[in-house]
Amino acid sequence: MTGSPFLALQGIAKIYNEGRHNEVRALADIDLDLEAGKVTVLMGPSGSGKTTLLTLVGCLARPSAGRVTLEGRDISGMPERFLTAIRQRTFGFVFQRFNLIPGLTVADNVMLPAYPLGRPHPELKARCRELLEMLRIGDRADAPVQWLSGGEAQRAAIARALVNDPAVVIADEPTANLDTALTAEFIGVVEMLKAQGKTLILTSHDPRICDAAVVDRVVEMRDGRIVGGR
Amino acid sequence: MRTSGRPSSKVIALLVAGGVSCLATLVDSTVRRDTDLASRQSRAALVASLGLTDLSLFTEARYTRHPAMADLHSAFQDHPAAWDHFPTAAWVGPPQWGNQGE
Amino acid sequence: MNRTIERQRYLIDFTIASLARRRGRNLGLFAVYTLLVFVLASASLLGYGLRKEARTVLAASPEILVQHLLAGRHDLIPESHLAALRDIRGIAAAEGRLWGYYYDAGMRANYTLMVPSDRTIEPGTAIIGSAIARLRNLGEGDAVHFLSPKAKMFRFGIAGTLPSESELVAADVVLVSEADFRAFFGFPAGMVTDIAVSVRNPKEVATVSAKISRLIVDARVVTRDDILRSYESLFDWRQGMITVLLAGAVLAFVILAWDKAAGLSAEERREIGILKAIGWETSDVIAVKFWEGGLVSLGAFLVAYTLAYLHVFHFGGALFAPALKGWATLYPDFRMVPEISGQQIATIFFLTVVPYTLATIVPVWRAAIIDPDTVMR
Ligand SMILES: Nc1ncnc2c1ncn2[C@@H]1O[C@H](COP(=O)(O)OP(=O)(O)OP(=O)(O)O)[C@@H](O)[C@H]1O
Ligand SMILES: [Mg+2]
Repeated sequence: MTGSPFLALQGIAKIYNEGRHNEVRALADIDLDLEAGKVTVLMGPSGSGKTTLLTLVGCLARPSAGRVTLEGRDISGMPERFLTAIRQRTFGFVFQRFNLIPGLTVADNVMLPAYPLGRPHPELKARCRELLEMLRIGDRADAPVQWLSGGEAQRAAIARALVNDPAVVIADEPTANLDTALTAEFIGVVEMLKAQGKTLILTSHDPRICDAAVVDRVVEMRDGRIVGGR
Repeated sequence: MRTSGRPSSKVIALLVAGGVSCLATLVDSTVRRDTDLASRQSRAALVASLGLTDLSLFTEARYTRHPAMADLHSAFQDHPAAWDHFPTAAWVGPPQWGNQGE
Repeated sequence: MNRTIERQRYLIDFTIASLARRRGRNLGLFAVYTLLVFVLASASLLGYGLRKEARTVLAASPEILVQHLLAGRHDLIPESHLAALRDIRGIAAAEGRLWGYYYDAGMRANYTLMVPSDRTIEPGTAIIGSAIARLRNLGEGDAVHFLSPKAKMFRFGIAGTLPSESELVAADVVLVSEADFRAFFGFPAGMVTDIAVSVRNPKEVATVSAKISRLIVDARVVTRDDILRSYESLFDWRQGMITVLLAGAVLAFVILAWDKAAGLSAEERREIGILKAIGWETSDVIAVKFWEGGLVSLGAFLVAYTLAYLHVFHFGGALFAPALKGWATLYPDFRMVPEISGQQIATIFFLTVVPYTLATIVPVWRAAIIDPDTVMR
């Protein structure tokens, strides 16, 4: 597999509500290769299709046309069950609004993605504790998530994304609700994850992210197309 | 992080306790059986020697005290509002009196 | 294998954690459902126990009873029939029975006055059932005064009480001498209430009763089988009524559970979306709902069944007594033989656990159509 990129998109298009009057062409003619162990940022104005692209990369949805290849395997036509299995093992998600489940504790939220895998409980608990310590919210483990501050909630969401030790971490607008200090802290976390060998794919309008030193590649999007990058 | 047991352990323990208490009713019923059957025997003996025909559970009316002896086919035998053992009692109301012609 | 078990345990963990979010509401739901199953199980155990009791105890009752009917009503029967009956081949013995009802206006209670054939009672004395002894606070050596239907006062010295374990069959019985019985009711000489017949060969009951009907044309012949059958149908009917009413309640509850689950709220849909996005399969989401319904209803069943057993067999069905008593003031205080059958328990189980669980799972099939990418926006 040497030479072939970790994740490749070829001729991708995504059309919502295809064939109906409210049809939306969210993406068209996307060709993109992503290398393992790098930090990539998708940038572009609102509505340019960044989130849609992330859902395709992260196996949350299937493209209307084109191919998604993960480690040389075409995954765009796979049935839902296989996509779920890939999602479980390969991707960790940090959602735009964190999407922690209210009423449950931080620890319960963090362990959620691991439940269907049936890992031994002591092992999972240890993993959860390790992650919370690493992200410096170990003392909040038993707090219900609705008590958390924005920064804490984000770190809880990151811990949840990491619990199954995925190769790729996907984050949609991770700093949209954070102030400068917290954004700097987030960039610190990104550096740490990159050092651990993870692949990161982010979206952002935020120049503080796009210009950060850890970012290897910026992809610019407009109206569902890639218009540039560096 | 919390060190007390997992919720599933607690719930499974509770369910097991519930299952055990259900099984305990079986044990209890077999333990009691001998003495209770002896008392049933004495009941049966009295039924035989006195020639009884019915359980003395409902003493409010002839046909409830001795359902096996009474002619069940007449409704409201003993009290206008007494329950009849036939579902038709639900359709045929008791006679009205007292406030007629007011 | 271990992974499968561990996975289900995690799903139970999650189920409990999410139920605990609305602890008061869910505990309340559990309590109400437990109460419902408790009443249903109590009715079922009581009905089954009484039926079994009637079947075994009344198996000792007279094989054939001959009543006289007049204008369709039970009437006295002349003793003169006895000789003719004894002549029928196959009849071992025929005996006139004297019994009737006395309404004790002071206590508002009905007693059954009887002349026993197995013992002689001194005139002026009586042996009373233990429920009467309890109600009127009487013991051996005391005396009672009964006002006869002909408005004459009779005094009976209490010569003894019937054993308390016989209360289920003789709670209200007053045994008196034949002379007293006839004098008290003004019962015409030469007449008896009915005639008890025993046969030589139990297989011949049908032929013998046919012969009796031919001999005494205006008689109603009641066989022991008739007695047992009327008890079967009596308890079937009473228990059936209760079961129908409660089945309605269970159904209402199931509809409630369905309704609650069917309109998956926006919040719940979002939650399911999150779970699917972070790698849960649709089957995991359904399993959680299965556990939710299954744990609640199984727990309710286990608790309710145990309580119902205690209620019926250790506390004499105390909560049902008012309903069973009806108008009566005299009620036997009995201890039931704990009769339980596997089939009966299985019926209660399937009537309560299965519909509740299904009602919680079925609507969640809709969760299958929630796309995981919905949570991205
Ligand atoms: N489920 C959907 N049904 C119909 N149209 C959709 C759906 N999801 C997204 N779209 C449309 O697709 C286009 C791209 O949306 P997308 O969310 O990917 O943009 P974005 O670049 O992430 O924007 P933002 O920066 O505001 O988050 C938008 O025009 C949006 O309205
Ligand atoms: Mg977006």
